Amino acid sequence: MTIFSSGHLSVLCVPGVMTTEVGSETDVKKEPEKVPEVPQQTDPVQTDQPDKPADSDAQPASASAAQQEQENPSAEPESQPEASASPEPSSPPAAGSQKKEKGISRFLPPWLKRQKSLSQEKPPESPTQPKSESLKEEEEQKSEPKDQTDGGGAAAPSTEKTEEVKEVKEVKEVKEVKEVKEEESRPEEVLVEVKDKEEEKSIGSADTQPVREEKEAESEAKEGEEKEKEEEKKKEEEQVIEQETSVLSPLKLNKKMKMVVCHVTLLDGSQFSCEVEKRAKGQYLFFEVCEHLNLLEKDYFSLSFKDNAEQRCWLDPTKEIKRQIRNSQWQFAFSVKFYPPDPSQLTEDITRYLLCLQLRQDIASGRLPCSFVTHALLGSYALQAELGDFDPEEHRLDYISDFQFAPNQTKELEEKVVELHKSHRGMTPAQADAQFLENAKKLSMYGVDLHHAKDSEGVDIMLGVCANGLLIYKDRLRINRFAWPKILKISYKRSNFYIKIRPGEAEQFESTVGFKLPNHRAAKRVWKVCVEHHTFFRLMSPEQPTKAKFLTLGSKFRYSGRTQAQTRQASSLIDRPAPYFQRTSSKRISRSLDGAPMVNVSDYSHAVDSALTAGAGENGPALELNSDSKSPQVEVVEKPNAEVATSVTNESAFETDKGGAAAPERKSKLRVQGENIYVRHSNLMLEDLDKTQEDVLKHQASISELKRSFMEATPEPRPSQWDKRLTGSPATTLRLQAQGVPQKTPPHPETDSRDASKSAEVKPEVNGQPEVIEVVEETVVIEEVVKAKPKSPAPEAPVTVETQSAAEVKEERSLSSDSESEEEAEYHAQPPSTSVSVQLIKEEPEEEQEVKLIQQAPPTVVESPPITEAEPSEPAPAAEEEKAAAQPEEEACTDKASAATPDDSPNGHALEGEAPPTLRAVAEETEEEPHIVNGSVSRVETEHLPQVICCSEPPVVKTEMVTISDTFAAQKTEISTKEVPIVHTETKTITYEAAQLDGNGDGEPGVLMTAQTITSESLCTTTTTHITKTLKGGLSETRIEKRIVITGDSDIDHDQALAQAIKEAKEQHPDMSVTRVVVHKETELAEDED
Amino acid sequence: MAGLMSGFGGFTHAVVRAIPESLAKEALRTGSLEVDLLKAQKEHDEYVSVLKHRLGLEVVELPADETLPDCVFVEDAAVVCGDTALITRPGAESRRKETEAMKDTLTELGLNIVEMTDESATLDGGDVLFTGREFFVGLSKRTNQRGAEILADTFKDYAVSTVPVQGCLHLKSFCSMAGPDLIAIGSSEAAQKALKIMQQMSDHKYDKLTIPDDLAANCVYMKLPGKGDVLLHCTPEEFPESAKVFEKLKDHMLIPVSNQEKVKVDGALTCCSVLFSKNNNI
Repeated sequence: MTIFSSGHLSVLCVPGVMTTEVGSETDVKKEPEKVPEVPQQTDPVQTDQPDKPADSDAQPASASAAQQEQENPSAEPESQPEASASPEPSSPPAAGSQKKEKGISRFLPPWLKRQKSLSQEKPPESPTQPKSESLKEEEEQKSEPKDQTDGGGAAAPSTEKTEEVKEVKEVKEVKEVKEVKEEESRPEEVLVEVKDKEEEKSIGSADTQPVREEKEAESEAKEGEEKEKEEEKKKEEEQVIEQETSVLSPLKLNKKMKMVVCHVTLLDGSQFSCEVEKRAKGQYLFFEVCEHLNLLEKDYFSLSFKDNAEQRCWLDPTKEIKRQIRNSQWQFAFSVKFYPPDPSQLTEDITRYLLCLQLRQDIASGRLPCSFVTHALLGSYALQAELGDFDPEEHRLDYISDFQFAPNQTKELEEKVVELHKSHRGMTPAQADAQFLENAKKLSMYGVDLHHAKDSEGVDIMLGVCANGLLIYKDRLRINRFAWPKILKISYKRSNFYIKIRPGEAEQFESTVGFKLPNHRAAKRVWKVCVEHHTFFRLMSPEQPTKAKFLTLGSKFRYSGRTQAQTRQASSLIDRPAPYFQRTSSKRISRSLDGAPMVNVSDYSHAVDSALTAGAGENGPALELNSDSKSPQVEVVEKPNAEVATSVTNESAFETDKGGAAAPERKSKLRVQGENIYVRHSNLMLEDLDKTQEDVLKHQASISELKRSFMEATPEPRPSQWDKRLTGSPATTLRLQAQGVPQKTPPHPETDSRDASKSAEVKPEVNGQPEVIEVVEETVVIEEVVKAKPKSPAPEAPVTVETQSAAEVKEERSLSSDSESEEEAEYHAQPPSTSVSVQLIKEEPEEEQEVKLIQQAPPTVVESPPITEAEPSEPAPAAEEEKAAAQPEEEACTDKASAATPDDSPNGHALEGEAPPTLRAVAEETEEEPHIVNGSVSRVETEHLPQVICCSEPPVVKTEMVTISDTFAAQKTEISTKEVPIVHTETKTITYEAAQLDGNGDGEPGVLMTAQTITSESLCTTTTTHITKTLKGGLSETRIEKRIVITGDSDIDHDQALAQAIKEAKEQHPDMSVTRVVVHKETELAEDED
Repeated sequence: MAGLMSGFGGFTHAVVRAIPESLAKEALRTGSLEVDLLKAQKEHDEYVSVLKHRLGLEVVELPADETLPDCVFVEDAAVVCGDTALITRPGAESRRKETEAMKDTLTELGLNIVEMTDESATLDGGDVLFTGREFFVGLSKRTNQRGAEILADTFKDYAVSTVPVQGCLHLKSFCSMAGPDLIAIGSSEAAQKALKIMQQMSDHKYDKLTIPDDLAANCVYMKLPGKGDVLLHCTPEEFPESAKVFEKLKDHMLIPVSNQEKVKVDGALTCCSVLFSKNNNI
């Protein structure tokens, strides 16, 4: 299996027969190791964004091998400064570092300050060499903040993990991309310096030993420069910037510590102000608020903000705040996100109190409708809680005028409230709150999140998302209800929101219900809320991010926090005296906003940030991260047998355990590490609808065979599930997935990609239930409206082609899977039973040859919001049109693909690194579903036909997977475009694969054959070749994977570069065939994107 | 203090109305059976007597109005929940005026009155099933969406779900509450279908008591102090099989009530009274 990190192009050559890596126990063991790699890859992406904090930069830099460093400098002079800035794990000579310090200290006081702060934090390892701080140290720092935030106990493990990850990164990762990007963003001055440094390097240092040399060179250069002049130009541009900004953050040298003041409106109406680093993630701010509130049971709560359209959006804890709020103000509201169905099960009174405050707001605003009597009753409890017993002397009739009990408060109501208040004599505040909640929870609209929508006939309805499922209202009437267990899949496409309903007893087929939302964002919002509620209330543990999906497009958004079950368990462990808190009337408090505490979080921000980034960060940059890499994955399993399942299960369980006990941070990490739990269905709802019964039946029949084979392999498959999934998935499915990431929330019309993915998933259930193997076919068509494409005068557009070892490949895939199309997203509801222990193992075909092209476009490119808006407005039918339009792109892709894989017929789909502008334009509006014709299940095992296979998840049983894939091979084309959630980066991944023979893969680690870097003016090409030899049944198979990383200006002709790379690959190994080409393109976009 | 949704069935009051002589000939009916007026009146007297004497409810008896042949079926004129009464707008034109007396009476009894004034709305109380947790409103010939909406507006605390009703007069022509969270449901296809819908629409899981005869599935449940669960149900003479089912409810005080005549004009047990509690709510 090959996973390509973003920004790498890898070509895999396999002689005649393609082999999938054989998943074996050893593989599994290896996986953890591999995991770390992934993050590395991801890191670069993150770094791409100029905004990104130094953390990410530093990590990659440190992690990067000497080769990489060498390459980097050669490729782009600018990168050097960063490298210098970033701590290098490798042991640079102490003297050099010291020199640097001295020089810096002289000229750059602020910088020194930072270093000091850093050194203080990490006293042990490199006190003398601030610059050369090891990654580990950084990690430690990061972890420290986390620990503090979470409260020590849980944090430790996470830290360790992160360290490991980073180390791995060091070994394998290339930070080039990141550096380049960063550099791009930096001022010209910096560039100049870099060049100098480069020169020095070239002079003084051998190519092979980049780190030391670089540092030395840098230090020397710096000294010289210092003498010459400005400190500002120094290595650490960021520092300079910071100085300029006059905002200094002690943490990291590299990072620009811009602090922003966040205003959070608390539930009692008071304001909490908190200074956070500009790039801080939502989680950071949320923790700050919770700490301020002394709240432990925080999982029910969240922060929200209003977007430009005045819509309330939830702040994603795992993503940068800035990206989410966009241009809005840093104004947030702390509120209840998940209303506990039974508040009496909350552990602490303070939690109940906050819930009461939220409900009072809900009631007063009319969001939670209730009758006169209920208004009065609830109001009276509120009075009792806040004022205590009624005191005739103190409490005149007007004593309650400060309170608002109802949207339209009448004198009559107030009188009733007072009357009832009198009857509560002797009730303690906590009791009053409890009574309040006992009554409020019974209200029919308690905890129901309403969204305006229209049904298929255009009738205005409301969608209500609640703990138990989805409610459909027409006016005030409930006209339908879909409990979570009834829902198989939740998806959205453009402004449409779909739910796929589990067939009833008598029904044979799933049905899909579609709703029309006002716009794309609204559709996505509903989708996200559903995903979150389903996970929180229905699952025992959150699903892991969909890391392993290779070419899946769409949102990988998943709820990352604790589920209700987990939070209950965690809160049951709360052992502290009931915290004291003052109950105050919200009204009264709101009047005095003065004393809002200011908290400066800057110190932590980095740490948290970095931690998040490294761990769970799905965020933009994080593509890379994908945390997937870190997570122990069972990627390769020879057979879908129980053993495999077990191993996976164990892992999952392990993870789960951690999650449960762990602090929130842990969770995030958990998530990263864990396998995907959720089951993906490849079917696109739309298609299903379109399909005729016959088609479905036909499809089903053809699949039945596949099913059988799978079933046999697995102990006790659930037929029902098979049926559903299989039935549902047409050979060719168009599927757009959008990520639910709030930041990205804005639709990214830019990216249209099509990708056909087929994957088989094996899902073991721990509970002793039969294992379920699922075969997922996915065809994703993503249209990219490339905003970034206007490859504007981006300073540098790096195209990276790399060959990675098989081990790495997997990770890479995960990365690629990150791609998102905002257009669509799917979420498959999982039965609770699976939740805790059941994890899905997904298979990925490994033998493919992948060529990844990563192109980074300069930030100049800005995604145009208007486009997004336009899309939402489009009626569902438009989708088809879009599809049609999209074809041109496909063709283009095909051409490329053909170029890439000579063997493959023209049909093969290759993805273009970049679609021509025209195509893109078309793509925006159109989506294509090219392969429908072939879609009928033709089990073509023709390996040589170019086939695009997307595995959403790491395949457990590779063989099986392959077979299935083949079935869909007819489609041959798979194009997936990834959109990096990050505002600044656009990533596109195109995979072209030849059909694969069998699923047996070899877990053997690849051998690094060659590594070379070619640098031209604006182009840096790095080629890494891994050769893996496998002995299968007496047959020796050699697989060569080449990863080519091309980094350069936007002006680079990526297509040409790709073609050249493929050509060379072919020439070098004439006796081998190219089985897979993955092009991964990263483009920096303007910040506005989101 | 009784909170929301507590004390389901804890009725203290009942409003009933005498049978006008016009009922025999003029009352609306889906069938075409002759009604024995005297027998009907006797049945009704027994019914009222059970409420008043056996169960000790405070019963308000309204005089019959000869111009309103169906006026004995007071349930359709008002829906009372908690301390709020929704005066309906009956689907049958000829019954619209039945609400006047009901409104006056309930006003006098101190309930908050909400009137359904919307000309486009119709609602018969017989289409309203209150489970103690939520409302199900049958959309029938007598009740429309708008009527259900107004009911939902009136009782905001509760979820109001609509259930299509076909093949019979009212939703409660084949179902009723036979206990807390216990729905008595007829065996007909229509009844079972409606039950499925109700089950799907509800967050709550109800128990069901399947009654062989649809008409027998209409019973009157109360929970009274000192008497516990009380159930007025069909007699073995009318529906032997269904009566047997009720008789399995060992914990209930079972009171068979004859309804042979009123059923001919689509009158069920619940139709003949408006039950409510005056002191369980604040």
